[in-house]
Amino acid sequence: MSAITLTVNGRSHSLDVDPSTPLLYVLSDDLELRGPKFGCGLAQCGACTVIVEGRAIRSCVTPVETVDGADITTLEGLGTPENPHPIQRAFIEEQAAQCGFCLSGVILTAKAFLDENPNATDEQIREALSTVLCRCFVHGRMFRAIRRYATERVG
Amino acid sequence: MSLAVSRRDFLKGAGCLIVGFSASRSTAAQTSGAPPAEQDQLDSWIAIGADGRVTVYTGKCELGQGLRTAQMQLIAEELVVPLDRITLIECDTERTPDQGTTSGSQSHPANFNDGNLALAAATAREALIRMASERLQVPVEALDVENGVVRSRTDPGRRADYGELMGGKTFHLSLDDRARRLPPSEWRVLGTPVPRAEIPDLVTGRFEHVHNVRVPGMLHGRVVRPPAVGAKLVSVNEESVKDVAGLVKVVVKNDFVGVVAEKPWQAIQAAEKLSCEWSPGAGLVRQSDFYEHLRRQTPTSDRLVVDSKDVQETLARSATIVGATYRHPYQMHGSVGSSCAVADVRDGKVTLWSASQAVHHLKLTTAMVLGVAPDDVRVIFRMGSGCYGLNGADTVSYDAALLSQAVGRPVRVQLSRQDEMAWENYGYAYVIDQRLGLDSEGRILAWDYEAWFPTLGSRPRTGTPGNVVTGFLAGFEPAAVTEPSPATDPSTYENGSNAAPSYVAGCVGGRCGGTGTIKSERVLTHNARSMFFTGPLRSPSRLQNTFAHESILDEAAAQAGVDPVAYRLDHLRDRRLIEVLQAVARKADWDPRPSPRRGLSKRGVASGRGIACVLYEGDNGYCALSAQVEVDQDTGAVLVKRLVAGVDCGPISNPDGLQNQVEGGTLQGVSRALLEEVTWDEKKVTSVDWGTYRSIPLGFDLPEVETVLIDRRYVPAMGAGETTITLAAAAIGNAIFDATGARIREVPFTRERVMAALGGR
Repeated sequence: MSAITLTVNGRSHSLDVDPSTPLLYVLSDDLELRGPKFGCGLAQCGACTVIVEGRAIRSCVTPVETVDGADITTLEGLGTPENPHPIQRAFIEEQAAQCGFCLSGVILTAKAFLDENPNATDEQIREALSTVLCRCFVHGRMFRAIRRYATERVG
Repeated sequence: MSLAVSRRDFLKGAGCLIVGFSASRSTAAQTSGAPPAEQDQLDSWIAIGADGRVTVYTGKCELGQGLRTAQMQLIAEELVVPLDRITLIECDTERTPDQGTTSGSQSHPANFNDGNLALAAATAREALIRMASERLQVPVEALDVENGVVRSRTDPGRRADYGELMGGKTFHLSLDDRARRLPPSEWRVLGTPVPRAEIPDLVTGRFEHVHNVRVPGMLHGRVVRPPAVGAKLVSVNEESVKDVAGLVKVVVKNDFVGVVAEKPWQAIQAAEKLSCEWSPGAGLVRQSDFYEHLRRQTPTSDRLVVDSKDVQETLARSATIVGATYRHPYQMHGSVGSSCAVADVRDGKVTLWSASQAVHHLKLTTAMVLGVAPDDVRVIFRMGSGCYGLNGADTVSYDAALLSQAVGRPVRVQLSRQDEMAWENYGYAYVIDQRLGLDSEGRILAWDYEAWFPTLGSRPRTGTPGNVVTGFLAGFEPAAVTEPSPATDPSTYENGSNAAPSYVAGCVGGRCGGTGTIKSERVLTHNARSMFFTGPLRSPSRLQNTFAHESILDEAAAQAGVDPVAYRLDHLRDRRLIEVLQAVARKADWDPRPSPRRGLSKRGVASGRGIACVLYEGDNGYCALSAQVEVDQDTGAVLVKRLVAGVDCGPISNPDGLQNQVEGGTLQGVSRALLEEVTWDEKKVTSVDWGTYRSIPLGFDLPEVETVLIDRRYVPAMGAGETTITLAAAAIGNAIFDATGARIREVPFTRERVMAALGGR
């Protein structure tokens, strides 16, 4: 066990955890956050995605010690049901979900990518989402929502 | 009437309930005023508080398919109350009616026609109007109801709202079969695209999936599954994990092995380190020999769906025989989140938070697994990751319950990706022989179908926990394949598995229940025992059969030199199926001509179009799908360029919800057609993650699904969620044939299989 400090969604936490613990378990169990989900534990699906220092990472394979002191944003850190972030609002407007289990991967991967590449083409957005899975196959709506956000963002 | 859902009010209502749940069970049951279990009693379905809030109890739950919102629309419509005044309680064994399983595209037929929830709402509205009539001394015919207020039409000052009328009491009424549902011409909430209630919480990470249930004092469990199919536990060396921090207990029951630890990461490490000795296992047939092996299986349980007894003769006098064998692999539900449950087994009482589609059944079988009385088990539904049928939700519920029972504290279990994929109840594999006899004009005279498919286990239902892996490991047997038997003549035409094609007349006992015209017909299935657990996967058997039917129909059309749409129409007689097929063809700008297209080149990229249609389950959803594809004939890669999907499921409760289901189902069908296949070696399943079991990712170039939604308001509601997925493989296979002249008869259409088919031209 060792002391780890994380800033998650703007709040600082000091935790005494096994430093090899994947970040996901610290977020979802120690901090009881609902956004990041365990999907595969292998960085293959994206359900555990969080944003660390502006980059979308897979928290299921990220030992917590490697992000000690980092600034982390989860899906709930973007916005609230009453005041959603523009990308979340785009997903609501497009009704772009079924079970919604994959949404951390879809929304945070797209957001981090568009923040870095505001003028990305559809092809580039697809490439960025090439290892994100939605098994309900809400692909069409999700793309519409991401495009809507991308357009609003530069507009 | 206000249709806008106020999230704040909605959440406030839900919050009260959560407080109720976290109190002790008996207290919660008393204070929540648990409704009676009798489903013919109105109070089992609907309660109206003195404040006018409506609480609805339903046995059909939200799985991501939009049913929660649709059911709220149904209540808002029939009770004439605003949506934000309704609280919907789903699938809780202490509170909601036992409506069996939320599955099989049966939720709309069950709750949106003339029975159950719809009847309850209509009964309640009429009862409230009668109460108002008495109180206001105004005849029922002179009363209007609006926004939960009943008032005199001529003297609007004479009014009473539902809260006053109920006065905090219950209805004490039976459901009234004569209660009148509001006619669709008066609908104001049903039939409109009300946004789904869960989406704001889902996209902002507030939603409580079963994976997010946290109970005070909760521990974390992990299971250790056998290393081979059929392996039995010989011994467990607990010493091997004695140094793992946080370990609470190693739990063994027959062949069930699990560990419990303080933290999830500790449980994972303990499960990995735990040294177990297992017997070698049963050994598996080589995958390349599987379909031939399946054909040779004995004994089998055989079934004739239809047999006109003249098929062999008709085939013998046919001008041409079109025959082929189709193969469909085992496929997975492959939920993106591995399955999870939380169990609290203490002092002889069990509370289980589960994403099971059948909470009342799970209550009974969990009691069997734990050896407790069913009345001591409460199962509370929480939505999981999309399941599309029987994923690991039930098995992991047993895992959590067994581990919690062993430690006497609440335990959460989420399966590893590998444990989920190696042991889930796979969708059925099929090998199907088709033989069609054509006359000299190319019309089909006879249709002969024979299929073999293996099954083992399924939903545990009310008494068979061994139907899923944990129950089996804990000592329960799966249900045997239905008694081995030769097929007997059917007494009625029942096409629930779509074993009979759309084009046969389906004549049994002098009555013809099929959607087609072909009178010389035989449909024979052989059900064998599977090596792996199997269960319903979205469009179970219907998809596999329809792939074979809609493909061979296309082969016959090509043989006859007739356009595939025209050829279908030539052999169909059901008006609604014809209309949905024509509507899709129109929207898809279908170019009428025979397949394959003219001027084929054997190199480069070729494009083509294909179509398919079916009446799902023979009576539960009309649908058609057209696909345009590009085939790279140098690599075997298939790109789907356009998809037009049409459905006619009767009255549409929520057009956007229906569209979401049709879009998602169609694309899931594309993924299953192009990529998905369970694989194995000589002892175990080898497709155990997303590298070895492939699913089309978000980045893959797929078209948006164009939809044609036919809204028929004066017919019974049918299911929709499994319609167009049923057609994807056939529509794509037919399009590949149209583009290249090569017919692919085995799913999935991998590059290797496409190249092999192209090489055979």
